[in-house]
Amino acid sequence: MKGLSRDRLWSVLVLLPSVLLLAVFVYGFIGRTVAVSLTDWGNDPAQALALNPVIRPVGLANYQELFTGFLQVRFRQELVNTLFFTVFFIAGTLGLGLALALLLDRNPRGEGLWRTIFLFPMSLSFIVTGTIWRWMLQPQGGLNQFPAVLGLPPGRFEWLSSTASIWGLDWNRVPLLTAAVVALALGVVAWRAARAGNRTRTLVAGACALVLLGWAVFVGPNVQLLPAPEIHGFNLALIGIILAAVWQMSGYTMALYLAGLRGIPEELREAARVDGANEVGLYRHVVFPLLSPITLSAMIILGHISLKIFDLVYAMTGPDNTYTSVPALNMYLTSFRQNQFALGAAIGTILLILVAFVIVPYLSSAFRREEGHA
Amino acid sequence: MTTTAPPVTTAPPAAVPHRPRISRAALYLLLVLATLFFLLPVYLLLATAFKTPEAISLATTWQWPRDLNWASFREAWAKVGGNVGNSLLLAVSATALSAVLGSLNGYALSKWTFRGANTLFALMLFGMFIPYQAILIPLFQFIKGLGLYGSLGGLILAHVVYGLPITTLIFRNYYAEVPDALVEAATIDGAGFWGIYRRIILPLSVPAFVVVVIWEFTQIWNEFLFAATLTNTSSQPVTYALSQLAGGQAVSWNLPMAGAILAALPTLLVYVLLGRYFVRGLLAGSVKG
Repeated sequence: MKGLSRDRLWSVLVLLPSVLLLAVFVYGFIGRTVAVSLTDWGNDPAQALALNPVIRPVGLANYQELFTGFLQVRFRQELVNTLFFTVFFIAGTLGLGLALALLLDRNPRGEGLWRTIFLFPMSLSFIVTGTIWRWMLQPQGGLNQFPAVLGLPPGRFEWLSSTASIWGLDWNRVPLLTAAVVALALGVVAWRAARAGNRTRTLVAGACALVLLGWAVFVGPNVQLLPAPEIHGFNLALIGIILAAVWQMSGYTMALYLAGLRGIPEELREAARVDGANEVGLYRHVVFPLLSPITLSAMIILGHISLKIFDLVYAMTGPDNTYTSVPALNMYLTSFRQNQFALGAAIGTILLILVAFVIVPYLSSAFRREEGHA
Repeated sequence: MTTTAPPVTTAPPAAVPHRPRISRAALYLLLVLATLFFLLPVYLLLATAFKTPEAISLATTWQWPRDLNWASFREAWAKVGGNVGNSLLLAVSATALSAVLGSLNGYALSKWTFRGANTLFALMLFGMFIPYQAILIPLFQFIKGLGLYGSLGGLILAHVVYGLPITTLIFRNYYAEVPDALVEAATIDGAGFWGIYRRIILPLSVPAFVVVVIWEFTQIWNEFLFAATLTNTSSQPVTYALSQLAGGQAVSWNLPMAGAILAALPTLLVYVLLGRYFVRGLLAGSVKG
């Protein structure tokens, strides 16, 4: 089947429309968004919706504005929100999903029914989930009334309306913290490379870690993004949104883990038992290590969902609650309510970079593995 | 690991060979607790939707209504019924188009591979993971430029294009399981690209089509961002209408709850009737097929 036969031509012709569409709609549009983010389109409200708006290139000014501008406090709080949301959402979803999968793996009666119950929220939209949970989490109703059903005084937790936050950090210390975290990660890479005997990688990673660490110690403390300290923390109202998100998505991790658990051959467990492993040891040394690739891919899928999430927030606390907002929601509002297209494009680009950090290594490793097999 | 446990205490071989440790009672107790977590919101949803506006108060949230009030559904239908129609038209047409394209792509990518096919495929897949915020402004301009802003056509186009990666992925992985020998034999018999597709690939594709259709239908029905950006009042899908219904302060809660049920029923029905295929699509979404 070598050469440019007619069949091959057909296969190219069949693929071509999709490839072209995706080239334009994905890569072309991304390029255009980045280009827009480097202009001042919409910063002057009068020009935003003009038929032929005057658009000037402004370099990275929009990005600078987002990270250091006095008016963009909301965006910085949103970045911190996204970070906390992602961590707790992933931890909760993985934990509950694994627990449910372990329960179902014990072959309870009516397994199909349990599975159906745990998985059904996946078929709902975040808007529906958000609408239901918003009612569940009303200040004096729903979950807070729950103790009253049992004869106790109703709870007082402000699930969605709290403005209190914990674990605050000063935005001015973000460069310092970032450098320290990256240096630490590089340090780990260097250490692992040293153990694997890869000299070049050890040296490069170690040197980079040292440079970053030096920067963090000597230069970092003097970098001031803002004239005054600006504290951002984990807002307690996010707990309600995380709860709803875990409710919706933990069926997904349950399905993944259950498929993984069912894929572990019984002989392997038997062999471990013969070697003297008790049940706890069996799970720690045999089952969980075998599940770790599933955990990794679930983390990546959930991570990119959580970075993009905004409809759940929109439905639960509305578009204007800055305490619980996320960048994905801000991008929509900035672009299509305030018509500040350049600023919106900059937020969109930042989101894309965040997601790409998660997705690109995953895709490339998945395909390198596949090419290796082929 | 030390083996101090005397052999007497190890469980005798049971009908279910593995995973003893916690008792059956504890197992069922935990399952019931988990079920409460998953079903209590549904109970509250139904209880509130069936209440009259006067009967809804925060203190009696958890009480089941004394008389079922069906009027909420009539009222909610009057508000979002048209949007349900929009969603149906949108989801059915966009699903059909992206399923057909995905099937052809998957066939070309798995049975007529060329150098760089995997790289091309990975580049296509990236489109599935991007945050749509990163393409939203040009997409909006493009749809507007085509004169499709505010119509279902623009929304259908967007969903078909951004659905291509996942539908291609599912079909490609499915067709990879079809033995190449089958295709080669057909080539020797003189069948070409389309002949093989029609006589061999397509008849085998039914399960893959079911997975893709369920997956795409659910995704498109549930989508919100494109719906909010590319449509106006006459063409808004139900997700957007519901968000507006629930957003108003004066509205009593029976209405958004009834609206939520209307917006959730179609995908829920698909899930309950065809759950097995839904899960398969779910697992395919995590790239490995």
